[in-house]
Amino acid sequence: MNPLLYLLIIPGLTVAGITLVKDMKQVRLVAAVGMSLQLLWSFVLLYWFYQLRAAGHTEEMLFVSSTTWYEAFNIQYKFGVDGVSMAMILLTSIVTFAGIFASWQVAVLTREFFISLIILAGGVFGFFISLDLFTMFLFYEVAVIPMYLLIGIWGSGPKEYSAMKLTLMLMGGSALLMVGLLGIYFNSAPDGGPLTFDLTEIARIHIPRDAQLFFFPFTFVGFGILGALFPFHTWSPDGHASAPTAVSMLHAGVLMKLGGYGCFRVAMYLMPEAAHELAWIFLILTTISVVYGAFGAIWQKDLKYINAYSSVSHCGLVLFALLMMNETATTGAILQMISHGLMTALFFALIGMIYGRTHTRMIHEMGGLMKVIPFLSVVYVIAGLASLGLPGLSGFVAEMTIFVGSFQHTDTFHRVATLVAASSIVITAVYILRVVGVLLLGPVKNEHFHELKDALWFEKLSGVTLVVSIAAIGLAPLWLSNLIREPLGQMLHHLIN
Amino acid sequence: MDYAYTLWILTLPVAMFLTIGLSGDRLKSNAAGILGTAGLAVIAALSWFTAFSYFGSGLPESGFQPVIAAQTTWLAFTETLVIHLGILLDPLSVMMLVVITTVSLMVHIYSLGYMHGERGYNRYYAFLSLFTFSMLGLVVATNIFQMYIFWELVGVSSYLLIGFYYEKPSAVAAAKKAFIVTRFADLGFLIGILLLSFNTGTFDFAALNDMSGSAIAQPVTTVFMGLSVSTWAMLLIFMGGAGKSAMFPLHIWLPDAMEGPTPVSALIHAATMVVAGVYLVARLFPVYHFAAPDSLEVIAWVGSFTSLFAAVIACTQLDIKRVLAFSTLSQIGYMMVALGVSGYGDEGVGYMASLFHLFTHAFFKALLFLGAGSVIHAVHSNLMTDMGGLRKYMPLTHLTFLIACLTIAGVPPLSGFFSKDEILVAAFEHNKVIFAVQWFVAGLTAFYMFRLYFNIFWNSDPHYHHTPHESPPTMTGPLLFLAAASVLAGFVPFHDFVTTDGKPLETEFHTLVAVPSVLIGLAGIALAWWMYARKNSRPESVAQTLHGLYSAAFRKFYIDELYLFITHQLIFRFISRPVAWFDRHIVDGTMNLIGNTTVSVSVAIKKMQSGELQWYIWYFTSGVLVLTLILLYLN
Repeated sequence: MNPLLYLLIIPGLTVAGITLVKDMKQVRLVAAVGMSLQLLWSFVLLYWFYQLRAAGHTEEMLFVSSTTWYEAFNIQYKFGVDGVSMAMILLTSIVTFAGIFASWQVAVLTREFFISLIILAGGVFGFFISLDLFTMFLFYEVAVIPMYLLIGIWGSGPKEYSAMKLTLMLMGGSALLMVGLLGIYFNSAPDGGPLTFDLTEIARIHIPRDAQLFFFPFTFVGFGILGALFPFHTWSPDGHASAPTAVSMLHAGVLMKLGGYGCFRVAMYLMPEAAHELAWIFLILTTISVVYGAFGAIWQKDLKYINAYSSVSHCGLVLFALLMMNETATTGAILQMISHGLMTALFFALIGMIYGRTHTRMIHEMGGLMKVIPFLSVVYVIAGLASLGLPGLSGFVAEMTIFVGSFQHTDTFHRVATLVAASSIVITAVYILRVVGVLLLGPVKNEHFHELKDALWFEKLSGVTLVVSIAAIGLAPLWLSNLIREPLGQMLHHLIN
Repeated sequence: MDYAYTLWILTLPVAMFLTIGLSGDRLKSNAAGILGTAGLAVIAALSWFTAFSYFGSGLPESGFQPVIAAQTTWLAFTETLVIHLGILLDPLSVMMLVVITTVSLMVHIYSLGYMHGERGYNRYYAFLSLFTFSMLGLVVATNIFQMYIFWELVGVSSYLLIGFYYEKPSAVAAAKKAFIVTRFADLGFLIGILLLSFNTGTFDFAALNDMSGSAIAQPVTTVFMGLSVSTWAMLLIFMGGAGKSAMFPLHIWLPDAMEGPTPVSALIHAATMVVAGVYLVARLFPVYHFAAPDSLEVIAWVGSFTSLFAAVIACTQLDIKRVLAFSTLSQIGYMMVALGVSGYGDEGVGYMASLFHLFTHAFFKALLFLGAGSVIHAVHSNLMTDMGGLRKYMPLTHLTFLIACLTIAGVPPLSGFFSKDEILVAAFEHNKVIFAVQWFVAGLTAFYMFRLYFNIFWNSDPHYHHTPHESPPTMTGPLLFLAAASVLAGFVPFHDFVTTDGKPLETEFHTLVAVPSVLIGLAGIALAWWMYARKNSRPESVAQTLHGLYSAAFRKFYIDELYLFITHQLIFRFISRPVAWFDRHIVDGTMNLIGNTTVSVSVAIKKMQSGELQWYIWYFTSGVLVLTLILLYLN
């Protein structure tokens, strides 16, 4: 059997296990064991992947298998991975693992919560291993739908409103996407012959230019909404603010990456001519995203809003780099997805933990937390430093790769866009240090804060997992950068010519 | 020669940082201090050993050659743009190794006494180790991107140490300000790196500085807004250096950075990190000289202006650490001037003088700060108005502080005289206006330093609550060592070692320059003595005579207010707030509008699905009627 399938089977079995056991403690134990196995399996796959590459398997995709799902429309369950999807799988399993421990104390409807969470994660895994556009879309929906329940039921604040808004906006994206995907499908055999949803097959043929120009915006915007493309990003602040901790972690950490991944793997890869012709429009939008998100974050007062706007800025950088369409910038984009995924998950985890203690997310109601909850505060500072691009942590590697890559374009338009985007490193420093200063440093503002307890073991485990991942990438980035870069040469060759 | 052992110079501080940092409170505080200090002693010994074996191996025919002691690939952007992490040994970096580790060791020892009993003693030593690591990594960088990496790391170490007393809002604000101002400068640095590397295809210093290669020749031809691309690149890189070295107008963070513990000010904000900008320009000096001579001119003027500007402010400040901070700005200005006026090869006096001044300044400025720390430790105040007559209570501190003041005032034969004199010679040969400014600043320097000295150690006794007493030996020991270094450093035959091309440089003694500079220094001292040696009304009357200038200088020429206006009023209120509003009300408003319209349309038309048959028949018949009419009309 295809070893990739275990990435779906393990979550499946975990969900089954959760339905069988009795109480909350057993539920979370099963969830933890399942997601630990998933993490372990991801590393095994990575090792295996390296072994196969070393043994001279130079095919575009490894672990490829295909089963017919619906013959009439030529829909397949086709799975396979390359370096980019391998990296995304790794990210997903790390964030999911950390997310399980961050929701260790969910007491309301624990069973249903973990089931939804794991289904969501399973959808993401399915998306990243799919090579068939239809099944890819299917898994995408599997990942988006549980979000509604997770926010609507376990959320806080105006949760129904936020859940509805988020789901509707993402569904709007799906609708556009559906049009785009069908457009690709019906143009997948310009010379006659059977139509196909197979991604690698379509990449080999040439979709007529007119069709590309028509369907590219649908596909790109469809995925872009999930990737917080300006001006379709407003589901993000409200959605994140209302979502429970682990959901914010998974959503910002992983689900938003589906957007960037899809923009690249589907929209740009399959419709290269349109990508070239229309890139400038989206480049302007993403450049705005980067700076706009950062400026927006300065003025926010709620920790989750700050992080949501910061995500708009950082995810904007992902799409920005993809649109630069060269190997270095694209490597940077994928690195940024991983880096942002890890650090934003860490941020949301910490915000959840702090909120659980102080019962507020308003930064001005807090202060001096460093003294009372040093562990959480130090980790928050580390996350902040990663976010503002300190060398030795993952953000720096990603940003520098993006800027060096973008700078390879010599025309004024790309240069100006690059300079504007690069200026975000200063604005990021402003809002991060502002939060650190107000929230963590200074005198303790509230008498009651002296009674706060620092992180418990599962919170520490969650935080440390993410910090270690961030530092590992930041200190030794070469392996990851090579893993990502390896398939890009071929893909971009296709895109550029 | 195999220099692989120099790797320990970098790995030991990391090991110490991790050990002390991760063990947290489990480590007894004395143990953390002693561990940190012992580790640093080993590093210093290794650095000295490296220096002896590098310079001691004898001068080769072609001058001292750079050696790559170790190198590994860290990240590859493209085929040629690769970030290596490595250790580059050449006269410049070896000299910096010695300076950094020596001063750092003194600061570590001093802190054993100064920080004794402080909360967060372990954290302090962990951060010091982190800083030492970053700074050493910066100076041994083999390529400009490695330098940028460590540049950012020293920035964050500085942030952490300035904000060491994190419960104090002023310290938090100062740390934030330091980081953001230097971050802004680093944006320029980064863009400069991007421009330079894009046009040369390399990050490596060896390739960049290689004049025989065409690496830097080509970009000169491209012109943007009247300046060649290489000039733009080098100016932007200098912007990074100006931020770190607190050159005008990016200097505003340094005086505030004095919120950190005093030994930190001595190490980071006087002797090592703030001279990183000078080091950066010196490191790329061949590129500056051959590809972007215009930018050297800019550097000279920026340096010159900063040295004058800061010296004037220093004459009016009351906080003794701030006086020293402005003095640091002024002295770094000297170093920049020297680089700016320097030529290459036989004409490279300025380059040599700049680094010579960096070398001597590190010792005497560290000494001044540590001396000030010793005074502050004794009287528990930073203000010179709370001090006076301390020579009786603190003889060792007094003696060493006096030596440091004489050194910075340029009194022969102390080290400051030699290095400053070389700078004045270089300036004299290049540009008479700059020379005149620097000559005048030499007088100001002597004046404000002795103003400080007389106010602390002479003048009248302000009736102390507790009788001040001399500091413990862990603090006076480093003072004595640094005093000795300040006296003797001038006799190091610096021009034989650190020059633009690695070959010894012939230097001459210019009576025409040396005599006036000593005289104006003595005049400054005399003036300070006249005004401050005893309590009298002269300072007030002088301040009143120079009313406008005095209050402007006292308020630091309102630069801080200007920045505050730009950041708070313009950026926060006029960009950030409208952006946040726009997002909530326009972008999100549109989305909500779509949603609400859908709902209201649905409300409006849902009555049609009432389930009442008579209405359905009505709709049906009217529909048929309308359609029939249309069809009739069309036909």
